[in-house]
Amino acid sequence: MDNSMFFGIATLGYIFAMIAYITYLVSKNRYVGLVATYLTIVSFAFHTIAFLMRWYEGYIMGLRSFWRPPVSNLYESLVFFVWCLMLGYIIIEFRYKNRAFGAFVTPIAAMILAFIEMTGLSKEIEPLVPALQSNWLLAHVTMSFISYAMFGLSFATALIYLIQKTEKKTEPAYIFWTFSVGLMIVILLAMAIDYLKFHVIATSTEAMKKYLFRATFKSNSQTIVALSWFSALSIIGFVWMFGNYLKRIINTFNLSEQMLDDITYRAIAIGFPIFTLGGLIFGAIWADQAWGVYWSWDPKETWSLITWFVYAFYLHARLMRGWRGKKVAVVAVVGFVVVLFTYLGVNLLLSGLHSYV
Amino acid sequence: MQKEQKSLIDRIWDLFASVKLAIVLFALIALSSIIGTIIEQNAPAEKNILVLKKIVGDEAAPTVYRILESLGFMDMYRSWWFVTFLVLFSVNLIICSLDRLPRILNLVKEPIRPLDTEKKNFPIKKEIKIKKSPEELKEPLLKAVKSIGFKAENSPLEQGGYQLYAQRGNWTRFGVYITHLSILIILIGAVIGIFFGFKGFMYLQEGEVSNVAYSRDNRPHQLNFSIRCDDFDVEFYGITEMPKDYRSWLTVIKDGKEVMRKVIEVNKPLKFEGYTFYQSSYGMVPNAHGIFIFRVTGQGGKTETVLKRFGETFTIPGTEIVGKIINFSPALTLDKEGRPYTYTEMMNNPAVYIEFTEKGERKYGGWILKRFPKTWHLPDGNIVEFIDYWGVQYTGLQVRKDPGVWLVYLGCIIMTVGLYIAFFMSHRKIWVFVKKDGKQSSITVLATANKNRGAFERKIESLISKIRSFG
Ligand code: HEM
Repeated sequence: MDNSMFFGIATLGYIFAMIAYITYLVSKNRYVGLVATYLTIVSFAFHTIAFLMRWYEGYIMGLRSFWRPPVSNLYESLVFFVWCLMLGYIIIEFRYKNRAFGAFVTPIAAMILAFIEMTGLSKEIEPLVPALQSNWLLAHVTMSFISYAMFGLSFATALIYLIQKTEKKTEPAYIFWTFSVGLMIVILLAMAIDYLKFHVIATSTEAMKKYLFRATFKSNSQTIVALSWFSALSIIGFVWMFGNYLKRIINTFNLSEQMLDDITYRAIAIGFPIFTLGGLIFGAIWADQAWGVYWSWDPKETWSLITWFVYAFYLHARLMRGWRGKKVAVVAVVGFVVVLFTYLGVNLLLSGLHSYV
Repeated sequence: MQKEQKSLIDRIWDLFASVKLAIVLFALIALSSIIGTIIEQNAPAEKNILVLKKIVGDEAAPTVYRILESLGFMDMYRSWWFVTFLVLFSVNLIICSLDRLPRILNLVKEPIRPLDTEKKNFPIKKEIKIKKSPEELKEPLLKAVKSIGFKAENSPLEQGGYQLYAQRGNWTRFGVYITHLSILIILIGAVIGIFFGFKGFMYLQEGEVSNVAYSRDNRPHQLNFSIRCDDFDVEFYGITEMPKDYRSWLTVIKDGKEVMRKVIEVNKPLKFEGYTFYQSSYGMVPNAHGIFIFRVTGQGGKTETVLKRFGETFTIPGTEIVGKIINFSPALTLDKEGRPYTYTEMMNNPAVYIEFTEKGERKYGGWILKRFPKTWHLPDGNIVEFIDYWGVQYTGLQVRKDPGVWLVYLGCIIMTVGLYIAFFMSHRKIWVFVKKDGKQSSITVLATANKNRGAFERKIESLISKIRSFG
């Protein structure tokens, strides 16, 4: 038995949990809710076991030292991100005694794990090249993902907040959230089409880079490109047209706006210092130890800095300028979009020194 | 109505003391930084023109490139306007902090005062009745308040009642200022590094000594000491081609004396007199002739280390068998037909072909591979270990001197502390009213915290349950 089987069980478990949470959201049946919670906890336990097994396997195979948890390539870091996210969610569910929120977090987890399966991301336990054998790097990666998970949670609550609070279709905040959600659907669909068309076995980010959007926006055929843009705009338009249905479902749940705003702020208030220390400071120390430059304005570093500024913007706007409600929620959503770009976009779309994660 | 006339200086001060400007600057710096990640910095012109062609089309690209270049976008983070943003940002930070400092100082220094009345709406308010007189409760209450970390003062109320009050963590209001100060310290460290530091590289062949490093634009930079590369080696994971470690054996020589020896690896640099030497690259020196190092053990058990050049011969100790080095490959492998060939010019799998003769008669010959101990054992039980082919590789060292780096690190530590204080600690105040209520005492606890109120509330609840146990 190896770790991937346990990961498989956890993935399936999260998908069932997602279905249960959504059913619960619609039906409000208490037992369905309990099932969702149990499914989540059991999946999380499998996830944890799988993570520990992978750690141990790398060690007994002699590829990694005992002190190297498996967080060093794209596959491992995504899995770890989901782990942090679910841990954060479970804590929130018990703290706030509210499950509605699970219907928004489990899809993120299920989507990421499905993304791993679909793109056939390499799951090999790889030995580490010399530059990566650093404790600073380890602390850097681990803490970055913990903060990303926090930002992910704040994203989910801020999005729900926006959905709840917007009334009119012409309102900027409504346009903003429907556009963001539409865009995400478009990107996920485009990636799914890439997969169906090319069956990419993306063993590396290189291969993913090569095939990204090749079946749609970057196709050789002009017709397909035009069609892709047309479909993309239609999807976004569709979400804009029918976004208020989603709002109606969510409204039946009576999530207090105060609570949503509170969780958004708290998640960022925890994520921001961790990101500063782990993401920026430890990253800089590692670069300094490995290359002799603590800051080189490479795209990944620069995007981390941009992320930092966006959240500094959030904190100052909320605390000092007294921005409340929709305005800061928009900033929180933008913040996580920037996080996603820092994490995936820089490697897929921009090139740089950090080619491994 | 008379409008207050402000002097220009006041208005500039107000501008820089505003958080609004800070927010604008956050946005400006973040947005302009994005451009610098799309346009590759300090790259050859053709590369960026190619990128621009994808964005603005073939025709416009060269013109757009020229415009962007004249605005400094090709080396954006050093352009006058980006540096201006950073300067404005720093000034904003300084003025903003100075502007608020007096108020914060007052807040911190201000002693806590008893409340006039039990206010109705208080952030945290708990009430409880205990079957004891206020006087009896005084000692235990003081102790209970102390157990959650407050040293309370006491002020009497009418009818034998009293009020206990205390505050804690007033200094944590400085947390934000510590954070802001740390940003300035880091920026100062970075500026010192830019003006007084050196960044460059040095390539040393095995055995070579040098006291000159080169900057990025290839200008020589004299060091007060010399560095010698004694050896260089790459270690691989098992039999794979995946490098596990690069190592250089370095010696520092100052005034003709060897003063330091160190094996450096990626992530483990050598530091000497303010300079740091990082393992950054390596390679083969073209047309170099090195020295083969073998450890030869005869059947009788006698061992000898031999150093030989290409074409030279050696004798296996205790025998009359003579080996002659007649071929070398830096990276040997077999093709489909089983014929050996060299797959790369790097020393990934060094192999040497040695032909053995005894009294002038050919005995056998074969490839001996450094990474494969099996090949060291000759058919007749003698052993030839291939230790190294020395003197043909060079090590690439990155050389850096940065007198500002300690300030950057100091700033990082201060920032960590500051953020911890700013986000996880708070200024907490507590008032406990104790009044006589017939035979009992009625106790009201009022409390505030400027942050993390929930955590403080739980603490107050634990205090209440402690007080309840008195009754
Ligand atoms: C990227 C750089 C900056 C970071 C990381 C940063 C960080 C922070 C943090 C963590 C807080 C505390 C928030 C809280 O109470 O939870 C804060 C508050 C504040 N910041 Fe900044 N800051 C930055 C730049 C600036 C700048 C340029 C200004 C200039 C106006 C500024 C002005 C303020 C003010 C006035 C406060 C409120 C202080 C108070 O409580 O009285 N910050 N900042």
